[in-house]
Amino acid sequence: MSVRRVMGTEVEYGISVTGNPKANPMVASSQVVNAYASATLKARRARWDFEEESPLRDARGFDMSRATADPSQLTDEDLGLANVILTNGARLYVDHAHPEYSTPEVTTPLDIVRWDKAGEQVMLDAQRRAALLPGGAPIVLYKNNTDGKGSSYGAHENYLMRRKTPFADIVKHLIPFFVSRQVVCGAGRVGIGQDGREAGFQISQRSDFFEVEVGLETTLKRPIINTRDEPHADPDVYRRLHVIIGDANMAEISTYLKVGTTSLVLAMIEDRFLTRDLTVEGSVQALRAVSHDPTLKHEVTLRDGRRLTAVQLQLEYLDLAKKYVEDRMGADADPQTVDVLARWESVLDRLERDPMSLSGELDWVAKWRLLEQYRQRDGLGWEDAKLQLIDYQYSDIRPEKGLYHKLVKAGRIERLLDDASVERAMHEPPTDTRAYFRGQCLERYPSSVAAASWDSVILDLAGRESLQRIPTLDPLRGTQRHVGALLDRCRTAEELFAELTH
Amino acid sequence: MAQEHKQPRKGSEVEETTEATAETDAAERKDALDNEVDDLLDEIDDVLESNAEEFVKSFIQKGGQ
Repeated sequence: MSVRRVMGTEVEYGISVTGNPKANPMVASSQVVNAYASATLKARRARWDFEEESPLRDARGFDMSRATADPSQLTDEDLGLANVILTNGARLYVDHAHPEYSTPEVTTPLDIVRWDKAGEQVMLDAQRRAALLPGGAPIVLYKNNTDGKGSSYGAHENYLMRRKTPFADIVKHLIPFFVSRQVVCGAGRVGIGQDGREAGFQISQRSDFFEVEVGLETTLKRPIINTRDEPHADPDVYRRLHVIIGDANMAEISTYLKVGTTSLVLAMIEDRFLTRDLTVEGSVQALRAVSHDPTLKHEVTLRDGRRLTAVQLQLEYLDLAKKYVEDRMGADADPQTVDVLARWESVLDRLERDPMSLSGELDWVAKWRLLEQYRQRDGLGWEDAKLQLIDYQYSDIRPEKGLYHKLVKAGRIERLLDDASVERAMHEPPTDTRAYFRGQCLERYPSSVAAASWDSVILDLAGRESLQRIPTLDPLRGTQRHVGALLDRCRTAEELFAELTH
Repeated sequence: MAQEHKQPRKGSEVEETTEATAETDAAERKDALDNEVDDLLDEIDDVLESNAEEFVKSFIQKGGQ
């Protein structure tokens, strides 16, 4: 009924080794993750527990066979790549050829922003530490999604949903929303086409990389709706919607609205509130066409024959969301739901009148404005390498080099959180999900945690030969309210285990 | 009668003055903004990687998810 639900993001960072473009990115990514792990983890390093992972489980109700799967889809085999759990409940690891950070499970859009931004700081810390290692190379990380030469890497969102919601409803109502939401949460990109062969600016980093409407793949033939179905929770009650279409955002308001509006639309789907058919004809083509027109004038055709701009399509969802919240909660709506609705409306209203007026809030507009200022001052055409450089460097996570950071420092981009709050989130877990239990176990009993995952903590206890697995299948248990007092009175993991099992 | 006439006239005079001030303000603001933009771009020039062409050529990533 609101923007609240169990959710998280996972971001693969672009990586380059300064002065050595041929460096092996897997090695560099491992150096980054290992440098952070060695410097910050107190005792033994808890490994990731793969027992409950099933990346070939399809939300449509069948499993893909391992033999027919592309090797890149087999994410559950421990390849020996660096993979650690942090005291804030997050996971820091190497996925394919990129360092990746998954936020702990949170329940509000603002907490997504907080722990997603904390991930940037973890990565910054990690790259700095990697450079200090003997033989360590200067490694730079980028929070973007493409090299502009044909490769893309993801920034995924995860939303816990009710299992009983028919998947076909999700597909039907979410595709038009995803085709259009990039006007709010795109990160902006120089270059058109997967390999950027055409000069120009587009709204989204990712849109050119989507080729089908629905599918299980994430690395090839990317689908607008991904069907991976590993709930990391009771599968009879929940599914996890794995959203792979979003851009990695630097701007806090972009992330906040991306997750807040999506969560609201999912609530409407779950409550069967969406009866309007907003199906877009040729959604894959429409997705790209919307991205390719930053003036926001492109019109998509709906199945019912109407032609709407992406902003107008978003306004349809906004209109429904306002009615839904009013209908279900009225004056009892929680402040973040009210805030998301108000900001969404304000942003769409201004995008309709003057897109450039959003340069202080949305990534793609901030980037576009900066590029246009350079074009004007230096008389640059879109094919100029300097503009491509600005695109990359906008997402450089170093405050002294990153252009997003420069714009924030110059007061050009609004923030929602202060540095202190983000810094705390690098180490402290959210208090209202099972991430609290996971993070606190690592903080309090570091030498006793052998492994952990989203749905378990595995303890290696004195006096016991085998490892003891504590399942954490319910994402809303293991909160501070549930286990805070218990953890406070257990000085050791042995005491904790005894209390949990007596 | 005289009173009734006076009110609206006074109103329109005030409006004209406000408009004129607004225009000057806008022009001044635009100049200030232009200067600010120049300053910002100068600052960004200082941190931009030096050889754009070389940098762009060597920014190669492996595909991910």
